[in-house]
Order: sequence, then structure tokens, then C-alpha cells
Amino acid sequence: MTTVENSATRVDNSHTPVVLGGTRGGPDKPTLRKDRWWLAPVITVTILSSFVAYATWSAFVNKNYYAGASLNRDLISPFYSPCLAASCVPGASHGFQISWWTISPALLILIFPLGFRLTCYYYRRAYYRSFWWAPPSCSVSDAHKSYTGESKFPLIFQNVHRYFFYFGLIFNVLLTYDAILAFNQPGIGVGVTVGTLVFCLNATLLWLYSLSCHACRHLCGGQVKSFSDHPIRYRFWKFVTPLNSKHMQFAWVSLFVVALTDAYVRLVASGTITDYRLF
Amino acid sequence: MSDVHMRIWRGDATGGAFEEYTMPDVEGEVVLDVIHRIQATEAPDLACRWNCKAGKCGSCSAEINGKPRLMCMTRMSTLPEGETITVTPMRAFPIIKDLVTDVSFNYEQARKVPAFNPPPRPEGGYRMMQEDVERGQEFRKCIECFMCQDVCHVIRDHEENKASYAGPRFFIRYAELEMHPLDTNDRRELVQEEMGLGKCNITKCCTEVCPEHIKITDNAIIPLKERVVDANYDPVAWLGRKIRRRTKRTPAEAAVQPE
Repeated sequence: MTTVENSATRVDNSHTPVVLGGTRGGPDKPTLRKDRWWLAPVITVTILSSFVAYATWSAFVNKNYYAGASLNRDLISPFYSPCLAASCVPGASHGFQISWWTISPALLILIFPLGFRLTCYYYRRAYYRSFWWAPPSCSVSDAHKSYTGESKFPLIFQNVHRYFFYFGLIFNVLLTYDAILAFNQPGIGVGVTVGTLVFCLNATLLWLYSLSCHACRHLCGGQVKSFSDHPIRYRFWKFVTPLNSKHMQFAWVSLFVVALTDAYVRLVASGTITDYRLF
Repeated sequence: MSDVHMRIWRGDATGGAFEEYTMPDVEGEVVLDVIHRIQATEAPDLACRWNCKAGKCGSCSAEINGKPRLMCMTRMSTLPEGETITVTPMRAFPIIKDLVTDVSFNYEQARKVPAFNPPPRPEGGYRMMQEDVERGQEFRKCIECFMCQDVCHVIRDHEENKASYAGPRFFIRYAELEMHPLDTNDRRELVQEEMGLGKCNITKCCTEVCPEHIKITDNAIIPLKERVVDANYDPVAWLGRKIRRRTKRTPAEAAVQPE
């Protein structure tokens, strides 16, 4: 409780103490809900766990992540792009290489997209509910005796989300560049394959996911006090606000498509399937 | 004519239990209508708070089948047919009697919100552009039913947090003031350090139960969190403030009410 002394009217919060305790109504049960409130957490755990397992395997396997000139293609897995390690297969690197990094190149870069999604406001909601059970669903008791939320270590680090957003934009540019390169088929010329479409879809969804991000909306114009004093930022804000309302959908679809893109490159690079040329 | 089976929490601070009532099913009724018929026929001492019966006064908040809802806006036809309907008081607040709870926690939090603090009135009066007026309109739709406060697990499941947590309803109010172009206060430190914004883990239950469909999390809480990041956790923003020699207000300074 604080008492503020100032020349203006004073607010003495000690006059308005919050009374704790008191008997609550209703039975002491975790919930009275009868619907299938547990279904959404189960689906979230299943999908996110599957993605994490697949991405971990893909990051460590360190092969079949690039379909290159020998297959008349230029397709690199989004989990390995940009390929910065000296151990990258020939043709996969964009130029700059780190000579001392000898293990999987994916491990160099995945922290950035992973951090972006881990600190994303939507994914936070999803995993707080489904993995941490804080709470598992609305008006269902959470699973913890005490609770400080994101006000203490380590969850206070969720506040770095905007920096992962900045890095995410760099990755979006690189993956867009990869999508443009996917139009090139070495030894054949410029054309469109199924892989080209998959790469373009992946880049588009990653841009939509990033632009619909709450931090992006804030930085575009949400942080200003007066829209009328910042008409250009207001225009940006008006552009990203409808995208922001679809952030959850973009989060799920882009997650699925980035895994699909990686899987597609693996299947092509390993010779399991042929990247069909459309025209 | 079929019947509706109701299971209603009856009791006060000394204790309580469910009591069951069976009433004839009348087409077009809402839960509050059935409660009133029970009062009129079987249980004249059944306590419930209500006023407008139009979803605008926010009085008849309760938990129907475990979910916070307005009794006057919950049509019986939308509830599972043939099943017993459970009605309990809001769980986050102390019970007074039956379905009536003591929501004074919210009024105490309301008194802590530093009021709108405009600059001295210029000649010709204050002027605002339409886009700035529209920005805060959504937040003014709040009818203070306090269901967002009730469903928020920060206080629903952790009574001790009430001393340091304003709750979603008041984060709306803080956001509205922070986004007001004529307001000169800076409440970011106050809302983070004393009003417990950091405790919110954005699970969006407040948005789910809002009868006015206010996007509490997306349009108020997350923008407030981002403003707190501007003030406390963003080194680029910190550098910008240093260069422009801007300072932010402390919680105590922000808590000063204008004359």
C-alpha cells in the first residue's frame, strides 16, 4: 500500500485495502464443466510434441536437407537455411560459412525461429494451457499451488519476443530468397515444380505469421498514443490488425507447412520421390 | 410439456449445498427466467442479483454448467437438452447468499486506477480526431459483469494474488487511458509493478467469457504488455528515451489523481 504526497489530489491506497479470504460459493471441485474441455489441450500437446520430435530428428540427422544440381534442383530445407557451417553439402551454402562448426548446421540457426514461436503470444497461450495446465481450460482449476506468471524468472524472459520477431524477419527474407531460387532448375532453366510451390507457400505463410504477430502490430503503430499524429503508422497498424486477428490460424498452418517443406526436400534429396516439373 | 431440471447452489458464508428443482420447460426462456419461476413457486428465499434482463447491466453473472455466463443471456435451448443444469455463484468472489457474491474487490481495484489526466484546457476546447475516438470505444462497452475477473485463474485459483492483481476488467481501463491522446499520465510502471500485469499469462479466458465480445487480451492486455516492454525491457527504446531525454513516471507518480 502506498500513500502518495503531491500537490495534486492524493490517492491513499490504504483506504482501499483488498480484503482477502472469505468463503466462496459452490463446491470445492476443480471444475463443474461437463463439456470436453480436455480435448483442446490434448490436441495441442499431440501436435506440438510431434512437431518438436520431428524438428529435433531433422536437425540432428544432418543429411538429405538439400536437393542440388545433381537432381537439377536448388531446394534447401527451411530447417537448414541459411546453411552457415563448413560442413554444409556443396551448393547449400549462401556464401558465408563458419569453419569451426562441425555438427549439424541446423543447430546453428534453429534457436531463432524456435525462440520466435516459443515467446509468441499465441503459442504461450497454447502451451501454458496444454503443457503447464495454468489453467488447462477456462474455469478449470490450474495445477499449481502458487503462481507468479510472467512476473518472475524465468518467464519474465518472454518479454524478449520482439527481438525474436526481428530475427524472424531476417529468416523470412532468406526463406523468400530460397523460394525464388526454387524457380531455378540447374541444367534445365527457369520453371515451376511442385517444390517451387511448396517453397512459395512456406515463405508466404511465414510472412503472414510474422506480420500478424502482436509485437509487429505494436511496433507498426500500436505503441503511439495518438493515431492522428502518426498517420503512416496508423496505416500500417490498420493493415496488420486484421492479420493479427488470424494469428492463431497462421501460427498452426505455418508450423505445419514448414515441417512439410522440410519433409518434401528430404524425400526429393533422398531420391524417394521426384520433384515433378509443372512447366 | 417436458421439464427442466436445475441444480442450484444454496448457501452462504457458513456453508452450502446443491438443491434440485424441476420446472416445466417453457419455450424461449433464459436461465434467469427459470430462476425467477423457482423463486415464485418453490424457493422464495433463493437469492440472485439481476436488473435489466437485457445483458447490459452485468448484474446476473453466475456460473452455468461450470462456465461464467450472464443468466439473462443464456437461452435454455442452448444448453444440453435433458441434462440437469447446474447454476453456481461466481467462484472467484466471496459468497453472500445463494447466487449472490461480494464483488467489492473490483470496486477497490477501480479506486486505484489513476484518473484521466488531460493537459490544461486550450482555448477553444479539447479536440480529438475520429480515429483516436474510435480506438477506445471497444473498451467502453464493458458492462462490469466481472465474469472476466471471475474466470481469470490468477485470482480464481490463487486468492493471495488479489492483493497485487487488478484483473482483466481493469487492464481494459488502464489500456483505454494509456491509448488516450489527451491523457498525460504514464501508468506503465504502475500497471507492471503494482497491478500485476506480469502475472497475466494471456490464456484468453477473459476474452472467451466477455458478453460484450471485447477482445480483452488482444486489444488491451497484450498492447499493455508491449508498452511495458517499451519501458522496461527494450534496450533500443531505452536508448531512444535517453537521446530524447524522456523519463517515465514511477508507480507513485502515476497514482496521483488530477484535481
